[in-house]
Amino acid sequence: MKPRVDDFAQRSKHLQGMSDEELNNYFWQLVEKVVDPLVDLAQTHTSPSIERSVLLRMGFNSLEAKQLVDMIFERGLLGKGAGHIVWRIAKEKGIDYMEAGRKLIQGQYWEDVDRIFKGIKGVSK
Amino acid sequence: MDKLDPKKPIDVEEILRDLDKYRPRRRGWTWRKKLPEGTKMDRYEYYQISEPLKNSIPLPAAHYFNNIDPQPDVVITSEIASGRFEDDIRRMRMAAWHGADHIMVIRTLGQSHFDGLIEGTPEGVGGIPITRKQLRATRKALDLIEDEVGRPINFHSYVSGVAGPEIAVLFAEEGVNGAHQDPQYNVLYRGVNPVRSFVDAAVAKRIMAWAGMLQIDGAHNANASAKLAWTVMPELLVQHGINCLYSVKVGMPKGNIALSTVPPVIAPLPEMRIDMPYAIALRELFDGYRFRAQMNTRYIESDLFDATRAHVINAVLSRLTSADLQSTITPDEGRNVPWHVNSIRGVETAKHTLLAMDGIKNYVKIDQQAVREKVRELKMRAILMLEEIIDMGGYFEALEAGMFVDNGYYPERFGDGIARKKDGEIAAGSVVPRDVDYMAPVCEHFGYNNIPEGIEKPCDLIGGCTFHNPDKIQFIDELDETDNVNLRLEKVADMRKRNVIKPEVEWFADGWVQLDMTFSLPEEFAEAAALAVCEKLGLQDATIIAKTVLHPSEGTYVELKAKVPFEINVDELHLPKKTEILPEDELFEFVEKHPIKVVAATVGEDEHSVGLREILDIKHGGIEKYGIKYVYLGTSVPPEKLIDAAIETGADAILASMIITHNDVHVKNMQRLNELAIEKGIRDKVLIIAGGTQINNDMAVENGVDAGFGRGTKGADVASFIVKKLREKYEKK
Repeated sequence: MKPRVDDFAQRSKHLQGMSDEELNNYFWQLVEKVVDPLVDLAQTHTSPSIERSVLLRMGFNSLEAKQLVDMIFERGLLGKGAGHIVWRIAKEKGIDYMEAGRKLIQGQYWEDVDRIFKGIKGVSK
Repeated sequence: MDKLDPKKPIDVEEILRDLDKYRPRRRGWTWRKKLPEGTKMDRYEYYQISEPLKNSIPLPAAHYFNNIDPQPDVVITSEIASGRFEDDIRRMRMAAWHGADHIMVIRTLGQSHFDGLIEGTPEGVGGIPITRKQLRATRKALDLIEDEVGRPINFHSYVSGVAGPEIAVLFAEEGVNGAHQDPQYNVLYRGVNPVRSFVDAAVAKRIMAWAGMLQIDGAHNANASAKLAWTVMPELLVQHGINCLYSVKVGMPKGNIALSTVPPVIAPLPEMRIDMPYAIALRELFDGYRFRAQMNTRYIESDLFDATRAHVINAVLSRLTSADLQSTITPDEGRNVPWHVNSIRGVETAKHTLLAMDGIKNYVKIDQQAVREKVRELKMRAILMLEEIIDMGGYFEALEAGMFVDNGYYPERFGDGIARKKDGEIAAGSVVPRDVDYMAPVCEHFGYNNIPEGIEKPCDLIGGCTFHNPDKIQFIDELDETDNVNLRLEKVADMRKRNVIKPEVEWFADGWVQLDMTFSLPEEFAEAAALAVCEKLGLQDATIIAKTVLHPSEGTYVELKAKVPFEINVDELHLPKKTEILPEDELFEFVEKHPIKVVAATVGEDEHSVGLREILDIKHGGIEKYGIKYVYLGTSVPPEKLIDAAIETGADAILASMIITHNDVHVKNMQRLNELAIEKGIRDKVLIIAGGTQINNDMAVENGVDAGFGRGTKGADVASFIVKKLREKYEKK
C-alpha cells in the first residue's frame, strides 16, 4: 500500500455518531463480509493435506496417505476425494478398502480409477 | 506403571512400553474448577482461586503461611521446547508441581513447511518434532502427572503449516487438548499460500471442534513482527475477528476459541495507559470468546529481570480486565531455548501475580468514562480497516496489496506491510475444486461431501473412521535408526547405572551451567574477561548470554553459559550431617531436671532479629517452648557484651545470630566469640552456637564455635543440640 498520513478524523466521521453497541455490531457485520467468501472457498475446495487427513481417518498411516495422495494428485483426480477413490475401488473389486489402498500404492487398479472417475465432470458449488 | 512416586524420576522406558496399545483417556479442554468467592485457605480469604492440588510446590514465602498453595482460577501455561520429548516430560512434571495446567509444546524449526506428518522421535531444534509417538508418550506421561498433582493437564501444540488437517486428526486421535490454529499466521509469517492456508484451516478447525480442543489464534504475532508493535492495534482486532468468525462458521463453539492477546507496548512507554483501552476494546468486541494473556515477546531482551517485570505487568493487566489463560513466556526466551528453571520461574511469576491481585476488582474499578474515547477510537480504526479490505475486493486482495503488518497506525500507512500473493508462496496451486462427485467417507469433514443417500454418518461406509473406531489407528514406531529416543536413553541409562551426574538446563545431564560475574571494566573488556575466566576454570563452549552495563567505566555485569566437562560421582558425594532432633518428651524432661539458661543476640552491626526470635520465642516453636530460659540482648550487640552477659547470667549457651556476611564479618565474629570466651575462662562452661541464613555447621565449627545452624532451622534443632551436649557433660561427671 502507498504511504498515507493518519486521516482518522476525516475517515471516521460516519462512525462517530454510533453507540458502542452499534460499533460492535458493525464491526462483526464487516468481519462477516470478509470471512464469508473464505468459508465458501473452503466449502468447495480441497488440498493434499485435507485428503491425507481423510485417509488418516480411514486408518491409513501417514506414509500410505502421502503416497496415495501424491499419486491421485498427479493424475488430476484429487477433486474426487482420495478416500472416495479408495472406497470405490474396494467396492468394485470386492476387497477391503485398506487392501485396495495398498494395492493402489503398488500401482494396481489405476486403469479402473481412470475409467470410473475421469468421465464425471463438474465442480461442487 | 500406574502411579508416579514423587521421590523417583519418571521412567521414560516405562512410558514407552506398550505405547502402541495406549489410548488417551479423554478428549477436549478442561478449565480449572473455581471455588466460591470468599473461600478460605488456612485463615485467608480468596475470591479468584480454584481447587487446590494434591501435590505441589508453593510459592517461596508460603512457609510463613502454613505452606498454603492456593491455585488461581486462571489456567497457567508453560511452554516447553527442549527438542527431546523425554526431557520435555520431566519439565512438564516440574511445571505441573508449580501450578501449570496447560503444557504448550513448541514444534521443531521447519515443521510447518513439512508436507505431511513426521514419525518416530527425532531430536528437534528449538522445539520438538510433533509425531504420533511423541504425542502418545507425552500424553501418557501427562496422565500420570495429572494424577500425581490432582488436576487435569491440558496438552497443546500447533495446527499450522502445510499439514494442518493431518495434524488436527493426529491431535484429535491422541488426546491433545488445545492448539494454535490461525490461517493468517501461516500466510503472514510462514509464507504458506493463502488459499491453501484458509482451505486447510476450515477442515482442521472442524476436527478440532469435534475433539473439543481449545483454539488459540495467532494475531499476537503481528505485534511481535511489526517494528512499532503498538501501531498494529487496529489490525490485531481485525485479525482476531477474522479467525474467530471463520472458526465459528466452520463449527467451533465460541467458548473454545481463545484470542491470543498481548499488551502492545512496554515500559519505558506509559504501558498501562496504552494497553488498557486496547484490552478493554478487545474484551467488549469479543464478548463470549476466551482470552489468553501473554506478555509481548517482541520486547523480551536477554535480561531475566526485565522479562519478569514485563510478565508481572501483563498478569496485573489480566486481573484488572480478565483472562482465561495466563501465559508464561520464559524470561530466557530472548537468549536460549527455555531452561527448566526459567520455565518454573515463569509459572511462579504468573501464580504469584495472579494471587497477589486476587479479588482486586472488589477495590479497584476501571473508570469506564475515562477510557471510553480511546476504546471507541480503537474500534473505529479497526472498522475502517475492514471497510477498506472490503473495498479492495476482500481478504486476498488486501493481503496482496500489503494491508497487514504495516507499521502505520491505521488508517495511517507506511507502505511496509507483508504482501502475499493469492496464487504464490509455498504450496501454491495445490488447492483444487471439489468435483460434484467429491466424497470423503469419514466424519467431522468440513465442506461439500457427496455421501450416498441413506447413509447416517459418513464413516458407516467404511465401518467406522478412527474417530469412532480408534482401533483403526496405525502406530508407527521409529523410521530413523540413527535419531531416536532409544539411542538417547542409552546415554541416560549408562549414567544412571554408574550413578554419575552432570548439571543440566534442559536435557538430562547436558552439562550446561550458568555463571554470572561483574568486572570493573567497560563492556567489551568485561565480556572478554568473563570468557577468560571460564577458560581458566576449564569450562567448555562458554557463551555470553546477557549483560548489564552498571556504568560505562565502573562496571559491567555479565552472564554466561558454559559446559562442565566432567561427571560427578553421586556415591562419593559428602552430605552434611543433619542434626538429629530429640523427641519432645525427652527435651521437656531434661530441661525440667536440669534448667537451661541461654543468652542470645544478633552480633555485630546487624539489625536483623526475625530469625533469632523464631528460634527463641514460644509462639514460633522456639526453645522457650521446652522450658529453656533466655536473655535476649537485642541487635547490633558486640561479641564482648554477649560474653559478659553469659558470665553475668551463668548461661549454658550463647546463641549468636549473624545475618550479614559481607567481608566475612560473620567468620570474624565467630572467631572473636571463641577467643573472648577462652580469655575470660568460660569456654568449657558455655556452648557457642551461631545461626544465620549463610551459616552452616562445618564452617561454624572450623571457626571455633560449637555449632552452626542455617536456613530453615527450628527451635527444636537448637534445643536438641544443647540438650545433647549438656547430657554428655552430665554423663561425664
